[in-house]
Amino acid sequence: MEVLVFMVVATVAVVSAMVVLLHKNPVIGALFLVTNLVCIAVLYLLLDAQFLAAIQVIVYAGAIMVLILFVIMLLSLKREEGIHAGSAQRFFGALAATGFVALIVRGILPISWRVASVRSDFGTAEFIGRRLFSQYFYPFEMISLVLLVAMAGAVVLAKKKL
Amino acid sequence: MRIDLFSFLATLVKIAAVMGGLLSVPAAMNWVERRVSAWIQDRVGPNRVGPFGLFQPLADALKFFMKEDIVPGHVHKAVYILAPAAAVTAALTAFSVIPFGPTLTLFGREIALVIADVNVGVLLTLAATSMGVYGIVMAGWSSNNKFSLMGGLRSSAQLISYELAMGLAVISVLAMSDTLRLTLIVEQQGRLWNVFLNPIGALIFMIGSFAETNRAPFDLPEAESELVAGYHTEYSSMKFTMFFMAEYVNMATSAALFTTLFLGGWHLPIPGIEGHLSGNLLAVAGILSFCLKVAAYMFFFVWVRWTLPRFRYDQLMNLGWKVLIPLAFANIFLIGGLVALGVPGWGGQG
Repeated sequence: MEVLVFMVVATVAVVSAMVVLLHKNPVIGALFLVTNLVCIAVLYLLLDAQFLAAIQVIVYAGAIMVLILFVIMLLSLKREEGIHAGSAQRFFGALAATGFVALIVRGILPISWRVASVRSDFGTAEFIGRRLFSQYFYPFEMISLVLLVAMAGAVVLAKKKL
Repeated sequence: MRIDLFSFLATLVKIAAVMGGLLSVPAAMNWVERRVSAWIQDRVGPNRVGPFGLFQPLADALKFFMKEDIVPGHVHKAVYILAPAAAVTAALTAFSVIPFGPTLTLFGREIALVIADVNVGVLLTLAATSMGVYGIVMAGWSSNNKFSLMGGLRSSAQLISYELAMGLAVISVLAMSDTLRLTLIVEQQGRLWNVFLNPIGALIFMIGSFAETNRAPFDLPEAESELVAGYHTEYSSMKFTMFFMAEYVNMATSAALFTTLFLGGWHLPIPGIEGHLSGNLLAVAGILSFCLKVAAYMFFFVWVRWTLPRFRYDQLMNLGWKVLIPLAFANIFLIGGLVALGVPGWGGQG
């Protein structure tokens, strides 16, 4: 049952991710990205991480993608401009892509494929909350500070006159 | 966890009951909305079809079915057709985790009156309601019409703005309840409802629920004086009806969520009476009490719509970002402080 769900969801996730890359229409791309994010949330559910799944849908599929769609629609981008790439660009692009794939494969290969056992409270809000506010307290607070600075910076850059 | 036949059937029956109830809400609300608006405006309202015009929704539904289903030539077809379905699906999903009664005992087995009692219940409802905006955005964009697009844009901006305040109001409730499970949140309100313990949170959540359901005074996505009919301008027949249904189902879900978080869920409004009721009698009374609270909140929705004028767009944004969000943060500090100090009623629950 779990394998079946994983197969279906993973296929949909991969296909929708490809559509995001390949489709010429940015709105369609954004909608498929929503599909992709929801699929990833289902994968989290299969891993017993209910809290992560819910947050994935609320934050990414629900909030960030709405903002992205908002911007796309506001700019009313009709179609992607044709990309004119020279042969040199194509060559180096292909080289960079191959290198990136090699890096990913290099990262994946050493992983042992045993199924790891998890604690019974893994993925619950309590577990994540406790970890975030004890073990990972300083990184967590630093990230929120960085985000705050980024937000203030964006506002200052966008609004010349405050 | 093994799933046996009995609990499987029980779940099926619960799903059917909830779906049936939810899908009859739009028809009922169609009548209520028109009769109440007539009452408020000192008119008569529909009174020809059946006693008190009660069969008017049936006549309306028939009318919608018989109308020609037009797909305009300039729309993006796939998205255009998917949009109403997306709106209704998102609206129906959120209800699956809301407890609508205590446990019912049938054939010696206990049945919890909630479809799925998951331990991140609150988050699931928030997730489902936040997905609701896609139906509107997809409709607005795919219609390929500037009025529709404006409606979709307004809707997405509005939803993002008020979702934040609403989420923060929910956090203040969670700080008190110490759990994300909706059934436990309801149980804790047996003595005193959260609306008395956390009135600011309740107020913010209420305003947010009006904005999330695009109800007046927040119905800018379909402001007829500016945008014709907003995001559903290009929709006709049953596709339009589905948006109509989605709006009312969303209202019911918001009402149920407010009832669950702040009005004590299925708990009876008279203190001390629950001790005298037992077993299934309490279950039935609980379901009735839950429905009554939801109905009262729905009536409030209608009452507000025919009383207040629509916001201007800048007023809407100012209220969301400069009033509600700071207020919600202040409320979290207030409630959090009360909980941390262990003030009886707030801290004493854990």
